[in-house]
Amino acid sequence: MSAEPSPQSPWQAATITRIEKRTPRVTSFWFQPSRPFAHLAGQHVDIRLTAPDGYQARRSYSIASAPEAGAAVELAIERLDDGEVSPFFHDVAAVGDEIELRGPLGGHFIWEDSGPILLVGGGSGVVPLMAMVRHRTLRNMAVPVALVFSARIWDEVIFRDELIGLDDRLDGFNLVLTLTREPARRPSDYSRRVDARMMAQAVERLPKAPRLAYVCGSNAFVSAAADALIGAGVPAEIIRTERYGV
Amino acid sequence: MVTRGFFSGRRPPSDTDARIPPGQYLEQGFPVLSAGPTPRVRTEDWSFTLKQGSKPIKKWNWAEFNALPQSKMTRDIHCVTAWTKFNTPWQGVMIDDILADAGIEPPTAYTLALSFDGYSTNVPTKDLVTGKAMVALLYEGKPITPDHGGPARLLVPHLYFWKSAKWVNGLQFTERDEPGFWELRGYHMYGDPWREQRYSSDP
Ligand SMILES: Cc1cc2nc3c(=O)[nH]c(=O)nc-3n(C[C@H](O)[C@H](O)[C@H](O)COP(=O)(O)OP(=O)(O)OC[C@H]3O[C@@H](n4cnc5c(N)ncnc54)[C@H](O)[C@@H]3O)c2cc1C
Repeated sequence: MSAEPSPQSPWQAATITRIEKRTPRVTSFWFQPSRPFAHLAGQHVDIRLTAPDGYQARRSYSIASAPEAGAAVELAIERLDDGEVSPFFHDVAAVGDEIELRGPLGGHFIWEDSGPILLVGGGSGVVPLMAMVRHRTLRNMAVPVALVFSARIWDEVIFRDELIGLDDRLDGFNLVLTLTREPARRPSDYSRRVDARMMAQAVERLPKAPRLAYVCGSNAFVSAAADALIGAGVPAEIIRTERYGV
Repeated sequence: MVTRGFFSGRRPPSDTDARIPPGQYLEQGFPVLSAGPTPRVRTEDWSFTLKQGSKPIKKWNWAEFNALPQSKMTRDIHCVTAWTKFNTPWQGVMIDDILADAGIEPPTAYTLALSFDGYSTNVPTKDLVTGKAMVALLYEGKPITPDHGGPARLLVPHLYFWKSAKWVNGLQFTERDEPGFWELRGYHMYGDPWREQRYSSDP
């Protein structure tokens, strides 16, 4: 919906068609909406759970799948042990269940192919960036992209094999992993929290200065990463953020 | 539609039910949401301008603005991302007092709140006056942190909280109801939490 007002996006039932564990704490769920919709890479959906007494809980989840990937949308949900909604998905939800969702939503944190792009994700904040990376690949786009992805440990790198596979294609997509609680595994990776020097080096992996930077994750991560980008000389006006709130 | 296997949930205490709009849940923390990096606005560089269209009516610097009469408002706030927070205590300058200091009556029915980082949001003028809204300078008695919109943010607590523009630096009276930054990106033109006016397709 880029600059357009959002199209009609009422609540609808969607069926879980597939579940796949991605990391110890993150599982992907594919939802087949009863009324399929076209989304843009970076958008999210809202999910609503309803208890028998009418009580409802709702949360937002970014879409991980590319718009080209078909009508079923992939959501990658991280389990927060004391959370209300995410443990429901991990412990209760099963293939065949119907869940209410509405979308696509969000008109700011969306892919725009306007020149080199820097993506910065922390933990499950990589999800909307994954949709962008997949979109670029499926469309054979030449636009250079660098993704800086911060995870605590190697085994918590969501979409790890897929991302490394894309990095190996050397088609203008560049993956930079940084592990905050383990040594780096690949020579070009880091083992620390994101900082201005890391961002400056990520910018250097692009053939030209980025036209847009997208940052997503927890609020603390987004604040730190956006400050690091500004510290590396990336203009604030080209930085778009998606904060998961907490 | 009842969700299979969802019973537990975090129901609010029943005495608070009436204060939680539909689709919202009660939050104890204070989540931060914004479209870009947090601007660090120094109070030396801060100013606040009232405009009609592009024409400035009056401008205040930080000291002048802080010298205006200040009021307190403690209100429940409702974010479109579905959290509601009770009893948030603010202090600042009521829009009524800003208009009085400028010596004007509201010139048009619509207003755009403008921010240092270039964002804007539209609010009908009647929702800003008669004690409904302020430019807040303090939260819990302390300067508002940059994450939460400091040094000054608009506070229109009866609408979804994106209408309470962070880093506010002016109000622009407009002839028509002009969409602001989020409203151009699919969010509701008015944003009443009690009618769940989240997205532009909501009635
Ligand atoms: C645009 C957007 C996109 C998002 N995309 C994703 C995504 O792709 N993947 C993803 O995993 N998440 C995503 N999120 C975050 C997601 O919406 C939820 O916030 C997250 O799943 C946590 O929800 P929850 O109900 O499990 O936890 P909540 O119940 O909301 O709790 C969150 C944390 O707060 C604490 N907490 C809050 N209130 C209480 C209370 N009353 N009692 C006890 N503890 C409390 C808990 O410790 C818990 O760890 C996104 C958020 C936004 C805004």
